[in-house]
Amino acid sequence: MHETTYEPVFTGDRKKQLDQLLPRFPTKRAALLPALWMVQQARGWISDHAMAEVAEVLGLTPAYVKGVVTFYTMYHQHPVGKHFVQVCTTTPCNLCGAEGVVKAFLEHTGCKELGATSPDGKYTVIEVECLGACGFPTPVMIGDDFIENVTPEGVPELLRKYQ
Amino acid sequence: MGYPHQPHLKETVVLSQYFGDAEARTYDGWVKRGGYQALEKALAMEPAQVIEIVKQSGLRGRGGAGFPAGVKWSFMPKEKKKPHYLCCNADESEPGTFKDREIMRWTPHGLIEGCAIAQYAIQAEVTYIYVRGEFTEPLRIMEGALAEAYRHGVLGPNAMGTGKRLDMYLHRGAGAYICGEETALMSSIEGRRGNPRIRPPFPAAYGVFGMPTTINNVETLASVPHIINRGGAWYKSLSLSHPKSTGTKLFSVCGNVKRPGNYEVTMGFPLGELIDELCGGVPDGRTLKACIPGGSSVPILNREESESCKLDYEGCVEQGTMLGSGGLIVFDDSADMVYQIMRLARFYAHESCAQCTQCREGTAWTVRILQRILAGQGEAKDLDLLLDLSEQMTGKTICVLSDSCAAPVVSGIKKFRGEFEAYINGTRRPRPVLVHA
Ligand SMILES: Cc1cc2nc3c(=O)[nH]c(=O)nc-3n(C[C@H](O)[C@H](O)[C@H](O)COP(=O)(O)O)c2cc1C
Ligand code: SF4
Ligand code: FES
Repeated sequence: MHETTYEPVFTGDRKKQLDQLLPRFPTKRAALLPALWMVQQARGWISDHAMAEVAEVLGLTPAYVKGVVTFYTMYHQHPVGKHFVQVCTTTPCNLCGAEGVVKAFLEHTGCKELGATSPDGKYTVIEVECLGACGFPTPVMIGDDFIENVTPEGVPELLRKYQ
Repeated sequence: MGYPHQPHLKETVVLSQYFGDAEARTYDGWVKRGGYQALEKALAMEPAQVIEIVKQSGLRGRGGAGFPAGVKWSFMPKEKKKPHYLCCNADESEPGTFKDREIMRWTPHGLIEGCAIAQYAIQAEVTYIYVRGEFTEPLRIMEGALAEAYRHGVLGPNAMGTGKRLDMYLHRGAGAYICGEETALMSSIEGRRGNPRIRPPFPAAYGVFGMPTTINNVETLASVPHIINRGGAWYKSLSLSHPKSTGTKLFSVCGNVKRPGNYEVTMGFPLGELIDELCGGVPDGRTLKACIPGGSSVPILNREESESCKLDYEGCVEQGTMLGSGGLIVFDDSADMVYQIMRLARFYAHESCAQCTQCREGTAWTVRILQRILAGQGEAKDLDLLLDLSEQMTGKTICVLSDSCAAPVVSGIKKFRGEFEAYINGTRRPRPVLVHA
C-alpha cells in the first residue's frame, strides 16, 4: 500500500507528546508501541512510510518497526472502513451464539466477507479472539467503543449509531 | 451480570465491595472509604516487613500459576545495585476470564494502591501496568485515576510525603494474548515482538530492560491493601477447604448459565453451588455437561467432577484440572464439545507466537484435524493422532501456550469421546465451520 504524499505524524504537539513519554523508559525503543498507537490514532492505519518515520524518530530500522507492527493484531497495516467492527467468537461467546452476531453484522453492513470493507467504505467486520468480557455475550468493539451483550436482533439498531 | 447489583448472600465481598459504586472510582471517594491507609501503613514499615505480612497471608498469584506472592517478592535482590521494576499484568485475555477488567473499571485506586505497596516492598521506583489494547474503558479510567494519584502526591518523586520515588505508568498492548505471559509482557514493554523468553534467567534476576523485575496479576495486587489493612492472619483465615488456598477469589462465570458474571467467594467454595445457587444454574430445560474452571487453558471437567470440585488450587488438582485464572466456562447438554474444542484450539493457533515448532505447527494441525472431523471426513485413527500430537506439544516449548492447547483436546477426547466418534462414524451430521478466521 503506497501513499503518494506523506505528511509526517510527529510534528508539533504530537512530537511533544512523544517526547514526554521517553523519560518513562530507560530505552527509546520502549516508546515504540505508544508511538505506533499515536500513528494509528492520527491516520487510522500504519503505512510503510509511517513505519519509516517512527523508525527515524526512535532510532530504529524500518525493518525492525515492521517486524513489531506485524506481530500485533490491533495495528492496521492497510486502511480499514470508517467503523472497524470486531466480534468475539471464542468458545465462551460461541456457546452463547456469537456466530449469529457475526452473520448479522455481515448482512447488515454489506460486507461480503470477514476482513473485507463494505462497498460504501463504512464498515470492516472481523472475528476477534476473546475480548475479556465473556460474561456479557456477545461483546463487540466498534472503533474504540466496547459494547456488551450484542444479539443478532440488536445489530441493525446498533449500526444506526455508526453511520 | 454487570455492576451495580446486590452481591449474593454467599459471596464474600472484599475486592468487589465497591464494584458499581461510581464514587469509589475517584480519589476523594476512595480515601473516604479508607483508601490509601494501607499504603501509608506499608510505607512506615521496612520493605521486608511488608513482604513478611504478604507471605503470612498465603496470597497466591491470581494470574494463573498460583505462585505465593510474598515468596515471589522475596526473590528480588535485597541489596539494591540496579533499578528494580514491578509489572502489573492487566493483559487479561484468557478465554473465560473477565475479572481484572472490573477491578480496573470500579476500583482503579485500589489497584494503584496495591501496586504502590508491592513496588515499595520490592524496592522498585517504577511500575508498568500493562493493559490489553482492547480495554479502552479500563485504560481511560486507570489513566484518570493515575493522574489523580499524581496530583494528590500519592505517586511521584515524594510519594505520600515520604521522600520516596514511586512512578507508575500505563502501557497499552496491541492485541496479542501471548503478551500476558510474563516474559512476553516484558518483551512487549521493551518495544519488541511479544515473544516469551527462555528461563532461567528468571525475571527477579533479569527482567524488563535486563533489571530485577516482579510481575503480578491485577487481582493479586489489588488484594494487597486489604491484607495490609486487616492483617495476614485475617486473610489466611479465609479458607473453606485447604489451608494453602487462602483469601477470596473472583470467579468469572460464563457460557451456558442464567446469570453469568463475577462472583467473589472464599477459596474452597464448591463449584456446583456457585453454578446452581449464585449463577442460577444452566438455562431452563438444560442440564450441566461440563466445566472448565480455570480459564480455557486447563483440562475440562465432566458433570460429576464439576459437582465434586472445590474451587481452590488443591481442589481443582484433585479433580485433574487447575484453578488457573478462575475463569469458569460452563457447558450445558446442548453444547457441541467437538466444535467448541476446535474453537479453543483455533484460539491457540491464532495466538501462538510461532517461535517453537511444536506449538506453531501443533496448534494449527490440531485445528485442521478437528475441522476435518467436524466436516465428517475424520477417520478412527484421528483421535489417536490428536492425542499423540498433544503429547508432543506438552512440556516441550518455551512457554505453556502449547500445553494449553493440548489440555482441552486431551481431556475432551477422554471425557467426551462419543461425541468425536459420532462425527467420525457418521451418526452425527457434519458441522462445517460457519465462519472462517
Ligand atoms: C500464554 C499465557 C498467557 C497468560 N496470560 C496472562 C494474563 O492475561 N494475565 C495474567 O495475569 N497472567 C497471565 N499469564 C500468567 C503470567 O505468565 C504470570 O504467571 C502472572 O502474571 C504472574 O502473576 P501472579 O503471580 O500474580 O499470578 C499467562 C501465562 C501464559 C503462559
Ligand atoms: S509455546 Fe508457542 S506461544 Fe509459547 S513461546 Fe513457543 S511458540 Fe510462542
Ligand atoms: S470469549 Fe468472548 S469475550 Fe471472552
